[in-house]
Amino acid sequence: MLARRVIPCLDVANGRVVKGTKFLDLTDEGDPAELAERYAHEGADEIVFLDITAAHERRGTMLEVVRRTASRAFVPLTVGGGVRSVDEMRDVLRAGADKVSFNTAAVATPSLLTDCAERFGSQAVVCAIDARRLPRENDAKQRWEVVTHGGRRTTDLDAIDWAIRAVELGVGELLVTSMDRDGTRSGFDTELLSAIATRVRVPVIASGGAAGPDDFVTAVRDGKADAVLAASIFHRRMHSIAEVKAAMAAAGLPVRRIEESVA
Amino acid sequence: MRGAVKIAVLDYGAANMVSITKALAAVGAEVVVAEDPAGMVGADAIVLPGVGAAAPAMVHLRERGLVEPLREWVRNGRPCLGICLGFQLFFDASDEADAEALGLLAGRTVGLVDAPTLPHIGWNSVDAVRAHPLFDGVADGSYFYFVHSFAPAPSDESIVVARTTHGRPFVSAAAKGSLYGLQFHPEKSSDAGLQVLANFVGLVAGAAAPAEVA
Repeated sequence: MLARRVIPCLDVANGRVVKGTKFLDLTDEGDPAELAERYAHEGADEIVFLDITAAHERRGTMLEVVRRTASRAFVPLTVGGGVRSVDEMRDVLRAGADKVSFNTAAVATPSLLTDCAERFGSQAVVCAIDARRLPRENDAKQRWEVVTHGGRRTTDLDAIDWAIRAVELGVGELLVTSMDRDGTRSGFDTELLSAIATRVRVPVIASGGAAGPDDFVTAVRDGKADAVLAASIFHRRMHSIAEVKAAMAAAGLPVRRIEESVA
Repeated sequence: MRGAVKIAVLDYGAANMVSITKALAAVGAEVVVAEDPAGMVGADAIVLPGVGAAAPAMVHLRERGLVEPLREWVRNGRPCLGICLGFQLFFDASDEADAEALGLLAGRTVGLVDAPTLPHIGWNSVDAVRAHPLFDGVADGSYFYFVHSFAPAPSDESIVVARTTHGRPFVSAAAKGSLYGLQFHPEKSSDAGLQVLANFVGLVAGAAAPAEVA
């Protein structure tokens, strides 16, 4: 049976892992390849790099990061941020990544998803959706809007409609981030997750709001997510990947557990 | 004393070469990337990696003149490991676009049956059918990383080493003599994957220098 995945996410700027609040007050947290290798040893099922380097500063540093990481961390590697064309995606895959995640670029040019899926296969194309709750009107159903540029810009896209459309366009996976919960440590938006997961056949990765191991269980059980992504709780060593997986296993979810003796 | 085992990884444009070459190097092999038959010279073993579709992969292998040298290599009983699409190409043919394959093992590559999701992507458990040195030190039922929609159906059941279930069970590892095949990606399967690659390198070392030690 396929295991439910636990995925640490690393924000990378100019080739270094950074920590900060929404692009502000960034602090250097180390070498991406080193951190990725550590997470792989601790049981990460996959690593996501989010390139937050400002566009005008990009000089292929991310490709070097991917190359060095793929040489040391032998788990699947996803790169998000900054990829805007089929050729750029090819370069990232050649450097050793397995998947590329599209967010703002996909909203701007939806056909990019189809072009990349036809060229590299659906399994390599992820659509990242940043969603924010809209005020609920009386008896109307809860709705979420898609936001871009790290939440600074709104769109007129409905998050659920966009998710369905992205799958039709050929993506093999959806990375769904609740902008209401992101960075708040108040738990995942399971309502948003299940609204999407029950309408598509591709795996959904839950993101935004993890506070502790129980939230990972809830994201899978109530949110119907196939994988759960988190950043700060792992970076700040509040909880280990092993702890999270132990909680998931205790809840009866299939997870890949590494040797307990080395944990 | 013999040097490191030398492994030629065939590059025919159908695989990400970074992870497999670095993973083999991480378990102590000397790795060369071979784009043509000349690149195979001097190697102790061949690794045939691959992701994607069977038909274009065969075209690329042919264009680079690798098909016959590879068949001869295996006929001579020399060690060869196929990974994912590389494993599938060992068989006679593939149902994927009805492609002809290498014909090194009897059987066809067929689509996964009753799979709840396709492609089958992610970590799934590999269950031993029989003990094999390729899995020494790996607990039965360990998780490995898969990305595929097809898997081989060998005519000869006795070559099956392990199965994995996604819908109906399929063959996730097989071995016949010095020919080894894995449907999962050991180079993306963390420590368990590296252990399998280390075991392969160990098997090659044993095959490369048999009499001296005894």
